[in-house]
Amino acid sequence: MNSNIWLLSFADSVAIATTLILAALGALFTERAGVLNLGIEGMLLTSAITSFLVADSTGSVWAGLLLGIILGAVLAAIHALLTVVLRANQIVSGLALVIFGTGLANFLGKPAEGKTIKTTIEPMSFGPLSDIPGIGPVVFGQDIITYVALAIAVLASWFLFRTRAGLEVRATGDDPATVDAQGLSVATIRIRYTLLGGALVGFGGAFHMLGQSAAWHLEATTNGVGWIALSLVVFAGWRPIRLIFGAILFGFTLQLPFTLQAEQITFIPSALMPMLPYLATLIALIALSRPSSRNILGAPKALGIPFVRDER
Amino acid sequence: MKKLWKLAATAAAASLLVAACGGSDSASDTTQAPAEGADVKVAVVYLGVPDDKGWTYQHEQGILQLEQELGVEVKRVENVPEGADSEATFEALAADGYQLIFATSFGYGAPMAKVAVNHPEVCFQWATGAKFLLTKAGGGEFADFDALPANLGTYFGAAEEARYLSGIAAGKATKNNKIGYVAAFPIPEVLRGINAFTLGARSVNPDATVQVTWTKTWFDPTTERQAAESLLDAGVDVMAQHQDTTEPGLAADAKGAKWVGYNSDVKEAAPNAWLTAPTWNWGPFYTKTAKAVAAGTCPTDEYYGNMQDGMVTLASFGDSVDAETQSLIEEKKAATVAGEFAPFTGPINKQDGSAWLADGEKAELGFLLADMKFFVEGVVGSAEG
Repeated sequence: MNSNIWLLSFADSVAIATTLILAALGALFTERAGVLNLGIEGMLLTSAITSFLVADSTGSVWAGLLLGIILGAVLAAIHALLTVVLRANQIVSGLALVIFGTGLANFLGKPAEGKTIKTTIEPMSFGPLSDIPGIGPVVFGQDIITYVALAIAVLASWFLFRTRAGLEVRATGDDPATVDAQGLSVATIRIRYTLLGGALVGFGGAFHMLGQSAAWHLEATTNGVGWIALSLVVFAGWRPIRLIFGAILFGFTLQLPFTLQAEQITFIPSALMPMLPYLATLIALIALSRPSSRNILGAPKALGIPFVRDER
Repeated sequence: MKKLWKLAATAAAASLLVAACGGSDSASDTTQAPAEGADVKVAVVYLGVPDDKGWTYQHEQGILQLEQELGVEVKRVENVPEGADSEATFEALAADGYQLIFATSFGYGAPMAKVAVNHPEVCFQWATGAKFLLTKAGGGEFADFDALPANLGTYFGAAEEARYLSGIAAGKATKNNKIGYVAAFPIPEVLRGINAFTLGARSVNPDATVQVTWTKTWFDPTTERQAAESLLDAGVDVMAQHQDTTEPGLAADAKGAKWVGYNSDVKEAAPNAWLTAPTWNWGPFYTKTAKAVAAGTCPTDEYYGNMQDGMVTLASFGDSVDAETQSLIEEKKAATVAGEFAPFTGPINKQDGSAWLADGEKAELGFLLADMKFFVEGVVGSAEG
């Protein structure tokens, strides 16, 4: 057997990790501003089918990516309107967004169901560098969006923890009353970062379609990646750099069942392996839905709580 | 005031839900009513869409041939999920006066049989089906074969013949004797395919092995790609598939490996990787059946086509398949069509090396359809999934 299989499988799993990084970063920005958006899965699907339809009709993956990003922001705007402006329950609105996004994707995707897209995002070539045994395919064999996603994550970390604007975002998530007392608009900041988060989720959905999946099938295109992204934010402690490592780890566990099959390793029941990321997600979502456990995990302190000035 | 806002917001969230549900209607149809003066009303029910470049696409080609030869327009119902939804679809079509209804997926069988009981005037045809599975003994609801509706037929074909031939192309193409196979479910249909493919590959390359990865799905682009990638990472240099997307082929192409597809001739999806593929030609069966119904009879046998009657075919060859290999395959194909060769002819050993068929012994069709639950020698992996 090929001893290289683990490294090569790891290199392959980076594509799915890229979707996770983008979607989870979107959730992270939103949550850092104090807004919990559970609608990621629905947003991913809507952006994925939008990017499919646009890229298929225009022949340009870039046009597809752009429209996917915009659709993510549009769906996030609905969430922002309901939860920030109208102060609806964030969990209810987020779940509604999942169902709405899935329904919308189903509706838009009817003519595309089962079809394969012609134009996809190709891996970059660094010439001989990509052929270095071992690290070559892992480091130099990815497509451009993967490098962009990593750059965004690093930038996000710098922004949140090293800039004044980042401090304002974190403060809005932890202690909106103080931000309000400083004369800043909590609502404006929350809406802004909910939209930014939505755009990143949309980017993830569009990439997943154009860079990873290539064929549209409502039940199988995202396979719950949006939910995994939400749990990833929890496990990363709301920190972008940790999130990168978490995404790579989760991405690899999604590839692992097939690598184990290919290596004839059967001591782990084949039905159990693919469940693990979802099991972790289940635990994270339970934790995320309870204010007391949220605090223990280090969540933004005002996460999920609508800000109302005269109630303080 | 604040309460009012909350109420309004909740109502808005609720309306999102309603909008979402409204958007997810189940079936859509693309064709108008049959032309005036048509002598038979035919409908076909699809699991997916006709342009999936796979399973449904091949059925659509057959339906187009039927339309052309009989001068009728066939009603298509697309994206019909298996189960309860399909029962409503069959019921509606029967009530609309369609005389012949084709159902193109395995999971349509039980719902179709139920509707067939209520509509003895309609002729029902179930693709990939087996009447045994509708009886109590086979896990169905009907007491025995005699209790089955008399207006229900099944149709399928010996894809294993084309699988064997495509295996020859794979056996010749592999340089390290490692072939990968991404497969959907460990059921006799799929196992027949894998075994015939392996026998074909080893008929020209006795050292070749076929390594199987199960995906437990017919159609899931991401999963199929991941499964193919891990096999390629394990070192296989030819990829075969029993899946409905082209993802295993695209994954093979990206890693410089060769590819044996399935269902359709989709050489253009990955021309460098393409070797060939087992494909289907449903046109003659559809035409023949529609003619019979127009003449007042409903063929209700369990039709099992093959390369001889043309229901099973082999796609065009890729550019890398050399002339010698092509003529070798054409030779075997001619023998198959002439009825002189069958893939499951002994001596054949099972995966563990124990004997299955003695020299010259041929497997019974009934055994192949229901009891092929093991791998033959040369397959790597578990036949249990």
